[in-house]
Amino acid sequence: MNDFPKIQTVGLSGILIRFADTMSEPANRAALSFRATVDAAGWAEVSETSTSLVSTFLEVDLVETSADSMIERLNTLLATRDWFTADLPSGRKLWHVPTVYGTDLAPQLEEAAALAGLDPDAAIKELAGARVRVLTIGFAPGQPYLGELPQNWDIPRQQGLTKSVPAGALIVAIRQLIIFTNASPTGWRHIGQTAFKTFRPASKIPFALSPGDELCFPSVSRTELQNIMTQDTTGAGGAEIEVLK
Amino acid sequence: MSAFLNILQAGPALTIQDLGRPGWRAQGLTKGGAADPVSVYEGAALLGQSPALAVIEMTGTGGTFSSDNDLRIALTGASMAAKIDGDPVIWNASHGLAAGAKLTIGGSTSGTYGYLHVGGGIATELLLGARATHLSAGLGQTLAAGDTLPIGADKGRDIGLKLPRDTRFDGGTVRLVTSMQTDRFTSEERKRFTETQFTRDPRANRMGVRMDHLGAGFHAEGGLTILSEIIVPGDIQITGDGAPFVLMGECQTTGGYPRIGTVIPSDLPRVAQAPAGTSIMFEFISVEQAIALEIQHRQNIKSLSGKLSALVRDPATIRNLLGYQLVGGIVSATDHPFDEDN
Repeated sequence: MNDFPKIQTVGLSGILIRFADTMSEPANRAALSFRATVDAAGWAEVSETSTSLVSTFLEVDLVETSADSMIERLNTLLATRDWFTADLPSGRKLWHVPTVYGTDLAPQLEEAAALAGLDPDAAIKELAGARVRVLTIGFAPGQPYLGELPQNWDIPRQQGLTKSVPAGALIVAIRQLIIFTNASPTGWRHIGQTAFKTFRPASKIPFALSPGDELCFPSVSRTELQNIMTQDTTGAGGAEIEVLK
Repeated sequence: MSAFLNILQAGPALTIQDLGRPGWRAQGLTKGGAADPVSVYEGAALLGQSPALAVIEMTGTGGTFSSDNDLRIALTGASMAAKIDGDPVIWNASHGLAAGAKLTIGGSTSGTYGYLHVGGGIATELLLGARATHLSAGLGQTLAAGDTLPIGADKGRDIGLKLPRDTRFDGGTVRLVTSMQTDRFTSEERKRFTETQFTRDPRANRMGVRMDHLGAGFHAEGGLTILSEIIVPGDIQITGDGAPFVLMGECQTTGGYPRIGTVIPSDLPRVAQAPAGTSIMFEFISVEQAIALEIQHRQNIKSLSGKLSALVRDPATIRNLLGYQLVGGIVSATDHPFDEDN
């Protein structure tokens, strides 16, 4: 990782700190930790921060603020520690999101299991027992990219697109899971269905998840999910939350 | 007393907009807001009010509007054929819209996005801190006939003012700075890019503007192995078929296609407003030049009110001249000016 982290300006809109050029757990950890540290520093020039898979973005008005002086401060901050082994930010949440695997609600479980070298029951066991982190949020409001699953789930996207999977769909590819915000076409495989709404515009907390949160997807029956959907008025889809220390 | 704007008839793509909804990028929501923010500032200058007030953005064509109250309005952005009760009114200007009068706004004659501003602003409920409709995120929706929009208290009085027309509706040269993957395009490919005449694809929308051109597509080295990364408005992504897309305010927060450059903020309204088929050329400039241009642009926005001038009307064209109170505005020294409000 000789070349990383790399700092570059982005148009006149801000500064990007990249910790890798491919997805990796340590680089994702670095991006999350570095963002939290910049937030805590409370620099007046930084109007907004965010992370993508392995980078941290600071929105800075480069018309009013010298990029060189910001880069100098960032280099000083970067040099204070090894960000790839940094602790993850505190106050993150662990979500348990009830999920129906397979059935007509999620018709590609068997196909995905075969690609991961498992029979459907073993695949459900592995997926329901996995704990994944919100690597980044994007594409649609509140939509999490979650990872990483064990190596055998490094399965490619489909050649063709599935015309539409519903909101709350749990889909898989390249060792990552996504919970869909809105019904949408996708090249990822639809293996589970939840009643979890990632974006709740009318709620006081419109975005359920934050980057760095962790999730697991315990297996429930169709009937249980239907009961949850009938009773749920919040969009939580029966999810339970623990705060991580 | 609260006033409302009634939408009697609506074109296909009318939305409420403001200067956008910053602060949610980490949660996957881009800022959005008016496709041409300069028009928002112009309307604010014409009505002497805050540019933070919400307006109606009209894509390609307008609609028919009325109110039960006397309103002040301003029309900016793409020129559209506008009439009040059948009498043509001038674009890029402020006017009175009397209670019950019908404002009709037709198709655009130059530019893409027209704006209707109301004194006091459109005062719908704030959603995540802003009023801007963000169609791709599902925040708000296009306006339709029968909608009734609340209007804020209008503290201003002036009407009959105009601003000079800008050149941003005519296409032309759009300036860029380099972006994250500019160096993945060979210097020959970049040169060809800046020597190519593009036209705005008719499918352009608030998320992005596809640029059409004759000849081969543009390609980056290792173009398909780029990790998805943050997008800022103005980024030009080169998609799989080699066509450039200029990303606008309502795009996704991240994208995985290589970016050849980023349009400078002051030239982005030129991309937004170019009508379908209008010619556009791209030119790389240094970051220092871009900063100097943006400082000038911000100065121009600040000094818009200094460019206001009175609409001069030829009395011969005023149909109901005798209906006008021609000696209005005379102030009584004894009457209390606010008595009517009690």
